[in-house]
Amino acid sequence: MTEVSLQQVVKRYGQLEVVHAIDLEIRHSEFVVLVGPSGCGKSTTLRMIAGLEEISDGKIVIGDRVVNKLPPRDRNISMVFQNYALYPHMTVRDNLGFGLKIAKHSDSEINKRVEEAAEILGLGMLMDRLPAELSGGQRQRVAMGRAIVRNPDVFLFDEPLSNLDAKLRVQMRTEIKKLHKRVNNTIIYVTHDQVEAMTLADRIVIMRDGHIEQVGTPLEVFDHPVNTFVASFIGSPPMNQLDGKVIAGEGGENQIALADNITIPVPNRAKAHVQVGQYVIVGIRPDDLTPKNHGMKDSGETVSFDLTVSISEPLGTETILFSQIGTKEVQGKMLNPRPIEGDERLNFNLSLDRVHVFDASTGQNVLGPHHG
Amino acid sequence: MSTQTKSIISWVVTFIVMLIITTPGLWVILSGFRPLQEILAKPAIWIPQRLTLDNFRAIFGIGETQIAIPVLAYFRNSIIIATTSTAIAIIVGISGGYAFARYRFKFKDTLFLGLMLSRTVPGIALSLPVFIVWARLGWIDTQFGLILVYVALNVPFTIWLIDGFFRQIPKELAEAAEVDGCTRWQAFWKIEFPLAKSGIASAGIFAFLTSWNEFALASNLTRSTNSKTLPVGLTDFIAQFTTDWAGMCAMAFIIITPALILTFIVQKHLIAGLTFGGVKG
Repeated sequence: MTEVSLQQVVKRYGQLEVVHAIDLEIRHSEFVVLVGPSGCGKSTTLRMIAGLEEISDGKIVIGDRVVNKLPPRDRNISMVFQNYALYPHMTVRDNLGFGLKIAKHSDSEINKRVEEAAEILGLGMLMDRLPAELSGGQRQRVAMGRAIVRNPDVFLFDEPLSNLDAKLRVQMRTEIKKLHKRVNNTIIYVTHDQVEAMTLADRIVIMRDGHIEQVGTPLEVFDHPVNTFVASFIGSPPMNQLDGKVIAGEGGENQIALADNITIPVPNRAKAHVQVGQYVIVGIRPDDLTPKNHGMKDSGETVSFDLTVSISEPLGTETILFSQIGTKEVQGKMLNPRPIEGDERLNFNLSLDRVHVFDASTGQNVLGPHHG
Repeated sequence: MSTQTKSIISWVVTFIVMLIITTPGLWVILSGFRPLQEILAKPAIWIPQRLTLDNFRAIFGIGETQIAIPVLAYFRNSIIIATTSTAIAIIVGISGGYAFARYRFKFKDTLFLGLMLSRTVPGIALSLPVFIVWARLGWIDTQFGLILVYVALNVPFTIWLIDGFFRQIPKELAEAAEVDGCTRWQAFWKIEFPLAKSGIASAGIFAFLTSWNEFALASNLTRSTNSKTLPVGLTDFIAQFTTDWAGMCAMAFIIITPALILTFIVQKHLIAGLTFGGVKG
């Protein structure tokens, strides 16, 4: 059983604090993805877990050991680097066996485990080649092989796919997921790509400026972003964020007034959390803003208004529609698309149940960090 | 112009350039095997009429010659001084180069600039100050004194060259080795050192050749067979009224040979042929 626990972990470079007292509990055999824009501290956090960076304050526990002062070699972890970091002067076989050799395993044992890893990753034909003679995808696989031969407690991945081309990236993503199913070790994975995070993770940790913004399963962070940052970071195309003000409507039902004289009712789940006069940001995913007869069947309570479509991007199964509310650009989606001509004015349905409401001054979801 | 004529022209040009570069050296070697009369003949005899080993016999005092020069002592001095100073310059170069490539410390840039600036001072300009200091310390005519001078001469260069090679090695390689179970020290010796080998070999050969061939400082700081090196020994052939060019050329041949052999041995490392494929470039 190998849990990893970060308790009030701080990283400072001189005066500059780059990771601010973060707490994180990672369960045994869990696949956790740290995601965030560059400079958010996710790689630094991973390197602190690996022992490649000292921690300035706090405590890191792997299994039942506090590892604050332990060098990387004593942490029983393995790591896949962004640039693979294969040893250029060693063959694939020697690269895979290097860690075992250092640990003074017998030759037969090393051979057995190297062959096993090669088998899992399909490296059989490449064993006697040098890294320079491999393609990007093959190098990536060797790097993963080197990580698994040692059978570590925890795997650390530092943006392992960012050097691959798009097609290979999708393929390796699936392989990593398969690998996790097979070896079932704890994995901590860093990426800046939210699609990678969503597809791979058991739980996603979204970081910004050295803080953890939200931790949750992919669907939790997608359906219940705690603030506008998470809302805009997770999901593609990004969530539309419109300025609005809560006003008293007829029959005691509060409304939110958006630009261009568009008003929508306050969504049911947010009703108890907003007051008349409050400035809010209304978050609408493009998936939930669809032209009439071109939306999902079961879209719950809807409200409709007209928008002029200025640009359309056909993707085949759907078309992304660009329009404007006030000065803000909004994106919608057209399912079962038909061609759009010029500046066409369409009647859009908005799925009210899936609208997010954030406080305009704090950017926090009005439902609070813990929502039902 | 056809590609064939082009390639012929380029071969001819290459040949002429190489001829210009190598002729003096070849002439020296050739003259080492010719009698003095033939070397000094006017008009010059371009094609050797007679090749002889007499000059070498004379140097080593074999046979009926009177003037024997302590070549073996000079050779021993040269070997000891050049190898020791090279070894020290390389060790300091590896440590210094690694530190400059990998670590952050105070005054790093200033220090590096200082090392480079020290290279701009011509060695000969230092000969008098060095002579005075060495005289006070009693290091004149000692192997140690010369070794120290050559180490000082070579260290900035070895640091600079080796630093460049370590810089090319991504630091992730050592980190990966550490994660794989190495100590910092093991990671260096098993991963980074083998990858920088070609740079270290280049620095070594340059340092060795500098020490092996250096004349100006050595001629000031040495007096006797205690510490005289081969290049300084060449002046033994200049007497008050005569210069034994044949003997001098023969000795030059003795000086050139080890350097040439060493260069051939290390040559394959000089071609920085190590293919960096371990990381995405």
